[in-house]
Amino acid sequence: MKYELVAGFETHIELATKTKIFCSCTTQFGGAPNSHCCPVCIGLPGTLPKLNREVVNYAIKAGLAVHGEIAEIAKMDRKNYCYPDLSKAYQISQLYAPLIIGGYVELSNGRKIRLHHIHIEEDAGKLIHQHGDTYVDYNRGGVPLIEIVSEPDIRSVDEAREYVEKLQQVMRYIGISDCKMQEGSMRCDVNISVRPQGSEKLGTRTEIKNMNSINNIAKAMEYEYERQVDLIESGGKVVQETLRYDDATNTTSSMRSKEDAHDYRYFRDPDLVTIKVSREEVEEIKSELPELPADKCKRYIEELAIPEKDAQLLTKYRKISEYFDEACNGVKSPKTVSNFIIGQIFRRTETEADKEIFNVSVSPLQLNELVKLLDSGKIRNNLAKSTLEKMLDSGKGALEFISESDMGGLDENALLELCKQAVESNPKAVDDYRNGKEKAIKALVGNVMKNSRGKADASAAEAKIKELIG
Amino acid sequence: MGSIAKIHEMLVSKQCSCTELTKSYLEEIERSNGELNAYVNITGAEALKTAEAVDKKIAMGEEIGLLEGVPMTLKDNLSTKGIETTCCSKILTGYKPIYNATVWDILAKQNAVMLGKTNMDEFAMGSSSETSYFGGAANPFNTKHVSGGSSGGVASAVGANIAAYGLGSDTGGSIRQPASFCGIVGLKPTYGSVSRYGLIAYASSLDQIGPITKTVEDASIVFDAISMQDEKDSTSKGNLGGETYSKLDKDIKGMKIGIAKEYLDGIRDDVKEAILNAAKIYESMGAKIVYFDLPELKFALPVYYIIACAEASSNLGRYDGIRYGYKTEHYSGTHDMICRTRSEGFGEEVKRRILLGTYVLSAGYYDAYYKKAQNLRGAIVNAFNGAFEKCDVMLAPTVPMTAFEMGRAVSDPIETYLTDICTVPVNIAGLPGVSVPCGFNANGMPIGMQLIGKRFGEAEILNAAYKYQQAAAENFKDTKWGVKL
Repeated sequence: MKYELVAGFETHIELATKTKIFCSCTTQFGGAPNSHCCPVCIGLPGTLPKLNREVVNYAIKAGLAVHGEIAEIAKMDRKNYCYPDLSKAYQISQLYAPLIIGGYVELSNGRKIRLHHIHIEEDAGKLIHQHGDTYVDYNRGGVPLIEIVSEPDIRSVDEAREYVEKLQQVMRYIGISDCKMQEGSMRCDVNISVRPQGSEKLGTRTEIKNMNSINNIAKAMEYEYERQVDLIESGGKVVQETLRYDDATNTTSSMRSKEDAHDYRYFRDPDLVTIKVSREEVEEIKSELPELPADKCKRYIEELAIPEKDAQLLTKYRKISEYFDEACNGVKSPKTVSNFIIGQIFRRTETEADKEIFNVSVSPLQLNELVKLLDSGKIRNNLAKSTLEKMLDSGKGALEFISESDMGGLDENALLELCKQAVESNPKAVDDYRNGKEKAIKALVGNVMKNSRGKADASAAEAKIKELIG
Repeated sequence: MGSIAKIHEMLVSKQCSCTELTKSYLEEIERSNGELNAYVNITGAEALKTAEAVDKKIAMGEEIGLLEGVPMTLKDNLSTKGIETTCCSKILTGYKPIYNATVWDILAKQNAVMLGKTNMDEFAMGSSSETSYFGGAANPFNTKHVSGGSSGGVASAVGANIAAYGLGSDTGGSIRQPASFCGIVGLKPTYGSVSRYGLIAYASSLDQIGPITKTVEDASIVFDAISMQDEKDSTSKGNLGGETYSKLDKDIKGMKIGIAKEYLDGIRDDVKEAILNAAKIYESMGAKIVYFDLPELKFALPVYYIIACAEASSNLGRYDGIRYGYKTEHYSGTHDMICRTRSEGFGEEVKRRILLGTYVLSAGYYDAYYKKAQNLRGAIVNAFNGAFEKCDVMLAPTVPMTAFEMGRAVSDPIETYLTDICTVPVNIAGLPGVSVPCGFNANGMPIGMQLIGKRFGEAEILNAAYKYQQAAAENFKDTKWGVKL
């Protein structure tokens, strides 16, 4: 029997606000243990939380970016559990009235992964085990998070991978988080179950925690899918439990069973007032949002005639797409700009991290100038290409490398002269061509191009040569 | 004239220096605290330092504020920077806050002379202050009787003139009930009018800080000083009803004073008689007494205990011995350490309420208890709104009885819970209420009456209370204790 994988994600994303969610401590990563703390975020008796409105604004951005509905009224709840890294023994979160309802992430296969809701909450501190003792660092305590809860709409590991990548991409685009899984600013828990292909009923799910990279998510899901299928095939039953993924052994192991599941005793936090979000505020935030990657990609394909694969590369990171947009300003062929970026600039920004930062020595304006020279026919493609390399090496503009004489093309006579030279100095190519070897003409044209230092128009040269030897 | 105005006059007219005055308070504390157990922490050195500063100002001819140099006390659940704040619980022994409660910030800036921190029921859970880790505070009228709770220490100290006034907190009656038991005035302000920042939480949606004083004027002065919007407390709104002191003496002719019959059910005869007498006095001043039913009041006590315990179970989760306060000595591992610390650090009543609160919030019980209680809370709020369409202020007993003997509360928790029956509705609805002495029983123990106002209606209830105080001054009696001004 064939089994279908069914998965849903709970994704935590740390928001990049300057200060924490309920106090004015910095959210900066690192720092000496407990140096980014105050009476409020270490939960001293008698202290009260005060909601940082910027967190609400960031979360609204996230909600809008995934097509969610922004609630007019949202409330904060307490999630009670006892753990040393949680200074108040409760996490201020949202259960009963989250800020964002619904939404979806669209995958490249056209499927929409629906979102149940997005809520805001505070992060906990960190335990550090050292010299046989346990220490606690509350620097991270109170850093704002959003939790994006999807419906169980994911049907394959590839979809899961794309879902996480898409979320990461869009959240980075709108600038609310750096979404670094390794640093913990993006964390995923996966709920996973299997069912016979064609079945409508959901199987018993397990929840996998503790995955710190997209590759680990994929590996853990593959492992867990196989485990559940094997279990069912051998007559067993999947037990609802929380699992921990161990990337060293590529296995999952039980953290706690359903019976041991926490009872969080959620209730409305009486220390915080109702969050009201006016429609005007939502509109204002919407107007500040950048063009989202999916929209950009679509626009590049449809309006700028960029091939889909290239459009995806250009929109993967916001910096690249902004660079492209700027360099395209007023040019005849955006495709040329795209080719320069993907063909030449990408060779200098090899890693994903480099691409994300996209710190290129040539400014988009400089590239724009170069492409415009090409557009106007003042220079030829070969010269443009080699000039771009020089520009990338030096950070200087195109005009530093192209002289007046390089521009304006060749007049008829000069072209004729060069073509004659080519014919005379390449008798073998001429013979080959006359003997029916069509391709041999290319060598002659190449000779003209070379000697004209790229100024000659290749098709004009070809026509001229054919005239001479034809 | 109230104690505060009197002291102010003494200081300004140089009848005595602030240092002399403070010393005499400290001496009286020394003399009587062994028997009263009102103070759990006496801060003489700090008090004298402030007194000295005030004296300097006076000597320099500078003007001083009404509260400046006036010796006072704070309940031990109000955070005081560098001064141990224990909530009278073993679990907070040794805890010195690194910040001030907003109310103490306000008063300290005005050079209030804090004599010390006063006794209370552990984490404000109790009605006699006997659940205190330090033992109960005695009633100045008869030290065999309780001073009430949970702000029993403040009431005992103010009643015994070993503090001119004090700040307490009131979650279900913890200011008004001890004020009633000790024959003094206690104001529980509207929820949100005084910042809760720095008040160690018992039940956050019910807790409110307020003054316990000898007279209505004093309560008004202190309330005006401490009620302000605080950006550190999102639920604080400040004094929306405006300043109260200048309105104390307003004519109450035509004022409609409502009495809900349910408040008179099941209360002791002597208490009922005193309330009805007060109603007569009001009538003689031209006020109109209107009677009506408020059947929703019968839900108040169970609603209170469900909500208060639920919030408490969450608020008290943080006491784990890791960061501050008491920590068990012998343990194996973090979990064991937390369990032992809490088992050893909390008293019986606190444990009872944590268990109750945990239960009512648990999966499968939340709807039946907590959610239902929240719905009923809404019904009670609406019922009060309806009542205030019929009257301007409401008159009720503060407690169905007078101060009982020490030891009784501990033996019967349910009976003790019933003493809160007249005070909790005000907390549930977030309304202001002031307790004012209105007579004595056959044994000479004080009886208190409660004036309840609309939200932010402090000026109205203090006005009514002040008028009563003028008309029935004999009910405001001094005890044998303390500083004679």
